[in-house]
Amino acid sequence: MSRVTLDCQRLLCPMPVIRVQDKALQMHPGEEIEAICTDPGALNDIPAWSRINGHEVLETRAENDLYYVVVRIGEG
Amino acid sequence: MSKQRKAVALISGGLDSLLAVRVMQEQGIYVEGINFFTGFCVEGHTHAIRKKDRKKPKRNNALWCAEQLGIKLHILDIIEEYKEVLFNPKYGYGANLNPCLDCKIFMVKKAKEWMEAHDFDFIITGEVIGQRPMSQRKDTMPVVQRDSGVTDRLLRPLCAKNLPQTLPEREGWVKRDELYDFSGRTRKPQMALAKKFGFEDYAQPAGGCCFLTDKQYAVKLTDLWQSRGAREYELDDIMLLKVGRHIRPAPNYKLIVAREEGEGNFLQGYKRQYSQLRVTSHGGPLTLIDGELSSEDLQLAARIVARYSQGRMEPEVEMEFIDTSGHVQPMKVVPLGPMDVKSEWML
Ligand code: SF4
Repeated sequence: MSRVTLDCQRLLCPMPVIRVQDKALQMHPGEEIEAICTDPGALNDIPAWSRINGHEVLETRAENDLYYVVVRIGEG
Repeated sequence: MSKQRKAVALISGGLDSLLAVRVMQEQGIYVEGINFFTGFCVEGHTHAIRKKDRKKPKRNNALWCAEQLGIKLHILDIIEEYKEVLFNPKYGYGANLNPCLDCKIFMVKKAKEWMEAHDFDFIITGEVIGQRPMSQRKDTMPVVQRDSGVTDRLLRPLCAKNLPQTLPEREGWVKRDELYDFSGRTRKPQMALAKKFGFEDYAQPAGGCCFLTDKQYAVKLTDLWQSRGAREYELDDIMLLKVGRHIRPAPNYKLIVAREEGEGNFLQGYKRQYSQLRVTSHGGPLTLIDGELSSEDLQLAARIVARYSQGRMEPEVEMEFIDTSGHVQPMKVVPLGPMDVKSEWML
């Protein structure tokens, strides 16, 4: 399954959400986006955005001051 | 069966837009939200930066509202286009650098474009007559409709009964007698309606929805424009204005001094764009330098930063000046005395 990585480092919320949202528009259901962020707010905001818009959050994790969120694009 | 009518709502993250959407949903209207990001929005930035705020749960209130309402939310990045609104507001500024009326017109115009592109029927906002001094007055509300070109496809469910009939009401898509007649600055009717709908824990922002209404922020932004000789900015500039202590000892440079560790970490991310001063002999704040310094300026800058370090009472403090290519110049300075930091330097 194809997965793209989005570098959202140094972006403050809601910019990481906007980046994921805009990328999602170009992608197909089932494909995945991994956002790498430095704003811990992304751990809340990207999942909230995903729930609202019908996408699935596969993973959220924090590692060495970086925050990773993996989203699978939904059918909506 | 009649056609399912669709409204696009301007979602700020505050209570009013939350209620406006729910009022429409009660009438069977399908709603999706849009939220605009100008770069000046208050949303969580400083919380993300400041260490002491990090433990508090953070949320984006617009996303939170959308989730409460069960609607989709589209966040639109309008950073670039917004510059024109801020630089040349036809209707001027509010108390500070907030061009609220032009801002509202612009947002409604963008919402109209979105509505047309996505085949929606009308726009709703949570505006209430008299709630805000500039954009939500009985005489300015029609200006928004006229100048944005949306005319009667803009419905304000919380105060619609005080305003002329709109298209959705005329066409019978929504029932006027089930809309509201709120007016003035009181929040009581909104709170009662929130209770009726079972909303709790909603955001209650003080003042406006963005930093442009903040006096101190406006001072810093004006200073930025003056120092550059032009009214211009990039997203990084306006983010940095929200962080740290800003000190301008001379027209040619400004210091951005971290107030705590979280801010220091954030400023550290700018080391390739700005030179830095670091205190090495004592604990001290990371400081960015915006501008070109002479060697005399650098001495003074270092002494100011030493003043904010734990070595402020010592006869000498060791520091490093690091330029944007990473070249390090060690320094030793005498911290500036408390009376020598001039109040007019502080932005
Ligand atoms: S407070 Fe800021 S975002 Fe809100 S209407 Fe005024 S200028 Fe626009």
